[in-house]
Amino acid sequence: MLISLRQINKVYHMESVDVPALRNVSTDISAGEFVAIMGHSGSGKSTLLNLLGCLDMPDSGSYHLDGEQISGLDADALATIRNRKIGFVFQNFNLLPRTTAEENVELPLYYGLPMRSADRRARARKLLSRLGLEGRMKHHPGQLSGGQQQRVAIARALVNQPPLILADEPTGNLDSRSADDIMALFQELNREGITIVMVTHEPDIARFAKRVITMRDGEIT
Amino acid sequence: MNGLMIIKIALRALARNKGRSLLTALGIIIGIAAVIAVVAVGQGASTNMKAQISSMGNNLLMIFPGSQNAGGFRGGSGTQQTLKVEDGEAILQECRFVTAMTPVIRTGVQCIFRENDWATQIQGVNTQYPKIRNWEIVSGDFFTEADIKSATRVCVLGKTVAAQLFQSEDPVGETIRIRNMPFRVIGVMAAKGTSAFGQDQDDTIIAPWTTVRRVLDKSKFNNVNQLLCSLTSMDNLTLARNDVSAILRQRHRIDGEDDDFTIMDMTEVTQMITQVSSLMTILLTVIASISLLVGGIGIMNIMLVAVTERTREIGLRLALGARRRDIMRQFLVESVVLSGVGGIIGIGLGVSAAYILGAVNHWPVVISPGSVLIALTFSAGVGIFFGFYPAWRAARLNPIESLRRE
Repeated sequence: MLISLRQINKVYHMESVDVPALRNVSTDISAGEFVAIMGHSGSGKSTLLNLLGCLDMPDSGSYHLDGEQISGLDADALATIRNRKIGFVFQNFNLLPRTTAEENVELPLYYGLPMRSADRRARARKLLSRLGLEGRMKHHPGQLSGGQQQRVAIARALVNQPPLILADEPTGNLDSRSADDIMALFQELNREGITIVMVTHEPDIARFAKRVITMRDGEIT
Repeated sequence: MNGLMIIKIALRALARNKGRSLLTALGIIIGIAAVIAVVAVGQGASTNMKAQISSMGNNLLMIFPGSQNAGGFRGGSGTQQTLKVEDGEAILQECRFVTAMTPVIRTGVQCIFRENDWATQIQGVNTQYPKIRNWEIVSGDFFTEADIKSATRVCVLGKTVAAQLFQSEDPVGETIRIRNMPFRVIGVMAAKGTSAFGQDQDDTIIAPWTTVRRVLDKSKFNNVNQLLCSLTSMDNLTLARNDVSAILRQRHRIDGEDDDFTIMDMTEVTQMITQVSSLMTILLTVIASISLLVGGIGIMNIMLVAVTERTREIGLRLALGARRRDIMRQFLVESVVLSGVGGIIGIGLGVSAAYILGAVNHWPVVISPGSVLIALTFSAGVGIFFGFYPAWRAARLNPIESLRRE
């Protein structure tokens, strides 16, 4: 089992009111799955993704990722897990502006094990050309289309060869053709064995996944 | 991430806002440049003063005849004619700290060579004079003991006198007229420049003291204007002064009354210069501290802006696996690079300003590696100190909120 959640609870304290975001969430995701998490805004799907991405900690419950107990780790250990085991893909791409595509892809390598800069560069270029961006290595995000930017972001998510990719509305800022391209790419990566967990509110996008988890009021339905 | 890479990344981040970075560094640039320039000129001036003092002579002790007390009127120092050549010889023999002695007898003269004439001062001295004054002869020779014994009419010219009488010609071997008496020029002294008291030391003629006393002044007395003594070392100054004083009091039979001589050395002048220069150092330190403080606040301000602007980038880096100390280091290095580059530019500007100031005003300029090193260290220190708070704020950001920030 790649991901194992047991009795996860998370409450946000908003001024004097406590807003429960996750209530007794338990689920398993095996290696090689392609899961879409669906739900309306406020259903807790983003909170769940943040917990899966080790960006946030649950108030109670246990989370195992790739055999490791995540709950209880300190900030540095979480950073290392994010670096090695998880690739993030965001709705707004989150590429560094005025930085070339290949440098954007290299970014996670700076925070991993020491590596020669030539090796870093080679790895980034290889991934970019695999994703069909041979001629765009030196382009800045501003010179790329939305679909191309998201491909650069996916290359960045893949550069440390993580077992898990977490995508937060990856097609939210794309036209439908680019969106279909990105989904096709996710399916291809998934066929190669990478586990993908994706948050979306569009049923059209969710249908690319093999499994759909629907959330409502902080619970999996 | 290795150090070079971090610096490269910091430089790139700063280069993205070139104008802003330059304006921010300006506070540091101006502060460092001002300090470097003023220190360079100040050190040049102080070196110059010290050179002037040492141009007076080696471990010099000066003895003047005392003031005259007659009928309630006190004359100035040197009005009495009590100090004799024999006093000097006694000091040389009896005081073990005195290695050389010369009498100095001064008198104003008019001298003529062909159609040129020049009013100057002639100094009657003995053969020890060049050694005591630490003064070289550039052409010809100095006079000898034999010249002193027989009061020969020979003389050595100071540079100014040589230039006035002979222009570019070589005076050695020529005969000039001093008070209408022919004197043979046997040498020319090296240029010595202005004394610590502002006199042109080269505007002089040097001759055997016997010649000046007997031939020019037509006097049979051996009284002098001054006795100059070289000491073994300045460490024995107090002992030497006491010895000389005791010898002179004994010879002049002074018992309880006022001395009829004055002993002077250069320590008072040196002390004054040291005082002035240490006061200047304190002033400079205050100015430098204020300007670095202002510059540092500017850096802190702009780094806080940078942290706010790049909140999303920080969130992204945290998500990609950066630890809090990686973020902290990134922003700290950025502010140190900003202030360090400012410091380097400031040093460059300061050094150029010092040389330009020196060239325009004919001031000597001394750039000490120490002041450059201190300037560099301080500017980097300002970067660390004032960059710490913004870097800490950056490192403390919550990745989820930061990623959501537009």
